[in-house]
Amino acid sequence: MVEIRFHGRGGQGTVIASKILADAVSKEDKYVQAFPQFGVERRGAPVFAFIRIDDQPIFIRSKIIAPDHIIVVDPSLIDAIDVTEGLKKGAKILINSGHKPKAFKHLGKKFQIFTIDANEIAIKHKLGSKAAPIVNTAILGAVPRIFDFVKLESIMQAVRDGVPVNPDANADAAREAYESVQGV
Amino acid sequence: MKKVMMGNHAISHGATLARVQVIAAYPITPQTQVVELLSEIVADQRLKAEFIKVESEHSAMAACIGASSAGARAFTATSAQGLALMHELLHWAAGARLPIVMADINRAMAPPWTIWTDQNDSLSQRDTGWMQFYCQSNQEVLDSVIMAYKVAEKVLMPVMIVLDAFSLSHTYEIVDLPDQAVVDKYLPPFDYKYKLNVSDPHTYGGLTTPDWYMEFRVKMQEAMDQALVEIKKEAVEFEKAFGRRYDPVEPYMVDDADIVLVTSGTAASTARFAVDQMRKKGKKVGNLRMRLLRPFPFADVREHLKNAKKVIIVDRNISYGYHGIWAQEVKSALYGHSKVPVFNFIAGLGGRDIFPETFVEIVNKVKKLKKPDQELYWVEVKK
Repeated sequence: MVEIRFHGRGGQGTVIASKILADAVSKEDKYVQAFPQFGVERRGAPVFAFIRIDDQPIFIRSKIIAPDHIIVVDPSLIDAIDVTEGLKKGAKILINSGHKPKAFKHLGKKFQIFTIDANEIAIKHKLGSKAAPIVNTAILGAVPRIFDFVKLESIMQAVRDGVPVNPDANADAAREAYESVQGV
Repeated sequence: MKKVMMGNHAISHGATLARVQVIAAYPITPQTQVVELLSEIVADQRLKAEFIKVESEHSAMAACIGASSAGARAFTATSAQGLALMHELLHWAAGARLPIVMADINRAMAPPWTIWTDQNDSLSQRDTGWMQFYCQSNQEVLDSVIMAYKVAEKVLMPVMIVLDAFSLSHTYEIVDLPDQAVVDKYLPPFDYKYKLNVSDPHTYGGLTTPDWYMEFRVKMQEAMDQALVEIKKEAVEFEKAFGRRYDPVEPYMVDDADIVLVTSGTAASTARFAVDQMRKKGKKVGNLRMRLLRPFPFADVREHLKNAKKVIIVDRNISYGYHGIWAQEVKSALYGHSKVPVFNFIAGLGGRDIFPETFVEIVNKVKKLKKPDQELYWVEVKK
């Protein structure tokens, strides 16, 4: 079983990203469980989402406190909270950032860091506005590049089916992200 | 068709597939998405139903009672204070023998104000005459709505589908949406023999003297006894139609277990995970998941606990001044049939998480005890 925690801010579509990833995984004959931090969300406040993926039915239903990997949708959170809390040794950390992975080496030697400039990709594909780009589909495109539990084709299909508008632009953003992950 | 969906939407799809004809509901966290999606489905005419917006949960149940009396398949959903506000009409629905189905998303009772899960809301309605089915997955939630109408309409008693707030209601997982044609074959339209009919008027629920009131209550008890028979029959019929089986209780590795956990809701699912972990370390532990609260499956409980050397009931609820409510039910079933020591742990109130390690710690504590030295044990509480 793989357990991943997403870090974002309220309003960025972090929970939706975890749901679309679940959709993608479900296309590959795997079992999946995705859930938000249970409670009340406020726009701009730190939010969490979680996903479990397994080849077997998933019975555990408690919160994930020691994730295998994390995905940081909003890099400003790295200075605000401890995103690596409970994170297992050898974890992969995917960060939405224009910087190279080495800019985040202070997060710890025991982790493998990858970056993707999802903001730039989202703006290029006209997803959201320049001030508030919708980055979650670009982030998802990076996932199959660094993890082996899901294929890009499944991500792109799930993105097309899961977004309310601009399905092609979102799927293109996912593909571009797949090709431009840093740290691979 | 397999689809990733949240527990709340599994309820909405279950109600849609059951072709409910009247939906009356008032939104409350964490139930909101249930009626949000149903209102969309009705507005898009994907379901031919009347969606009645009401000003309170009391009115929601009143509308369901009216609709069901007129022979319509009626549905509602609520949580916590909303369910409590329905209380008077829950008695009415059951006493009037109306096969209404509702979903209750377990949310702890206020004060202090809370939106997270525990079972005190639904268990407080234990004696209203409603059947209660406790679910552990989104698939079970969807399937239970369909099965509930089948059972309810056979015995003319209402059913409450119960699921944990957030751990199911807001958790996305893969659900197999059955074909409408298969559901239609399994669940024929509701044909209510006693429906309101202006050309054949009767009085319903009128003043009943001590000469006859008690006989109505005997009928309700008989209907509940029959419900248990029907539920067992439907476990088989449902499996034939849909390939998934739901028995009154779900034993997991209990036959050779020295210690058997008794659990319900999503805690039961996590308990099963914990049992696998403990078995790997050679500990003979099993889990008995309780799906039915009413009608209570006495015989199944006795059967599956007969080999246990110790029984541990983990309750996500409490009856103040007593102990956990499932413990009360299970102890009552065992009384006079078994001398097994029964331990009661209270965990996870107000949405506090119940981890696999929680069950491991509970089992380790009980291993050291010959018999309970307290009526109840609190799990992981601050001093």
